[in-house]
Amino acid sequence: MHKVVKDAYEAIQGIESGMTVMFGGFGLCGIPENCLKALAESNVTDLTCISNNAGIDNFGLGVLLRKHQMKKMIASYVGENKEFERQFLTGELEVELIPQGTLAERIRAGGAGIPAFFVPAGYGTEVQGTKEVRVFNGKPHLMELGMTADFAIVKAKYGDTMGNLIYNRTANNFNQSIATAGRITIAEVEELVPFGELDPNHIHTPGVYVRRIFQGKDYEKRIEFLTTRS
Amino acid sequence: MALDKNGIAKRIAQELRDGYYVNLGIGIPTLVANYIPAGMEVILQSENGLLGIGPFPAAGEADPDLINAGKQTVTAIPGAAFFDSASSFAMIRGGHIDLTVLGAFEVSEKGDIASWKVPGKLIKGMGGAMDLVASARNIIVAMQHTDKEGNSKLLKQCTLPLTGVNCVKRIVTDLAVIDVVEGGFKLVERAAGVSVEEIKKATEGNLIVEGEIPEMKG
Repeated sequence: MHKVVKDAYEAIQGIESGMTVMFGGFGLCGIPENCLKALAESNVTDLTCISNNAGIDNFGLGVLLRKHQMKKMIASYVGENKEFERQFLTGELEVELIPQGTLAERIRAGGAGIPAFFVPAGYGTEVQGTKEVRVFNGKPHLMELGMTADFAIVKAKYGDTMGNLIYNRTANNFNQSIATAGRITIAEVEELVPFGELDPNHIHTPGVYVRRIFQGKDYEKRIEFLTTRS
Repeated sequence: MALDKNGIAKRIAQELRDGYYVNLGIGIPTLVANYIPAGMEVILQSENGLLGIGPFPAAGEADPDLINAGKQTVTAIPGAAFFDSASSFAMIRGGHIDLTVLGAFEVSEKGDIASWKVPGKLIKGMGGAMDLVASARNIIVAMQHTDKEGNSKLLKQCTLPLTGVNCVKRIVTDLAVIDVVEGGFKLVERAAGVSVEEIKKATEGNLIVEGEIPEMKG
């Protein structure tokens, strides 16, 4: 099993212009910093990016925005990013906003081979659009589709050489579902250990989902809103 | 006198019950956590994957891997649990969260809520609000009764893009506690010193006033 690659540059090989790529993370928490940096340094453009958020102006997915590498962004919340707003308002960037739980479930379902499912979120709102509506237990639901991507990129705290992953605290967020939904899933981890060293009881993402893994470096782990008690 | 933000939060805290699992939105709802009655066990859920939100960390102890849904650094209480986003919304959609408190731009007398988008203004997205309002067992809206220009936020029909339909059960504003019932907004309590007339004037939707309306208890 040859899953271990040298670094982010080797890991993102095969990501081409026009592809769909999913990124784990919530805000700047649990984002694959190394791969984002490597992508920003590449010449790949016209990406459709799926991620809960779009980063901030100079970090996270915001870096891909600034370099105009994104054609479309699929997210649930995109505040705190001026360049995003600008590109959205001028029509440079196509944007699809999806309720957060529906986004998470569409990714989970995609990875689990479920083509469609029904949820109540968005009924009667502009999210409904032309989606099929069905009433279950007296409550209207919208049909939503499972979602996959050419590449899925996640960040974990620990990983082993078989691709097993353990996330840390709320840095799990979308990573666990996203890891299942890429045709090729790349995992960057803070600490890569030989297989057998992680407790099998504690694995969040079993290695079957992960095609490439590497130990990242120089994690900044920026905090978006540092809040402390006085 | 009209309540300030903390006053609204304090009144909403009276809705909490021992053993409740609660999701608090950003803004005034977050302040509710400061007024959980002593001795009452209330577990706060954060939709980014935490059950058991603790206080903000002490200076120097913030962990970038531990944030709330507002992306602020937080702590986790003893007995807390972490999970992924899909599980988090399964918890919400499955009806396991007892109460959701969130802010709003507008609420209609049918219980529709608009809270996420103002056309032509800032684009932010709905985040988890649509999922929460569509699935929580009980939804309380915390907001000012009128906007900065004095326009009512309790309307016959929402004018802004909706977050959800027919879902709000109770509204706590700076002026009053109001239930959404068949036929309109039922006045339940008024802020100390605020008259029914004042509330009526600030409410565009149909306000139902039955009998003597008590003042909120502090």
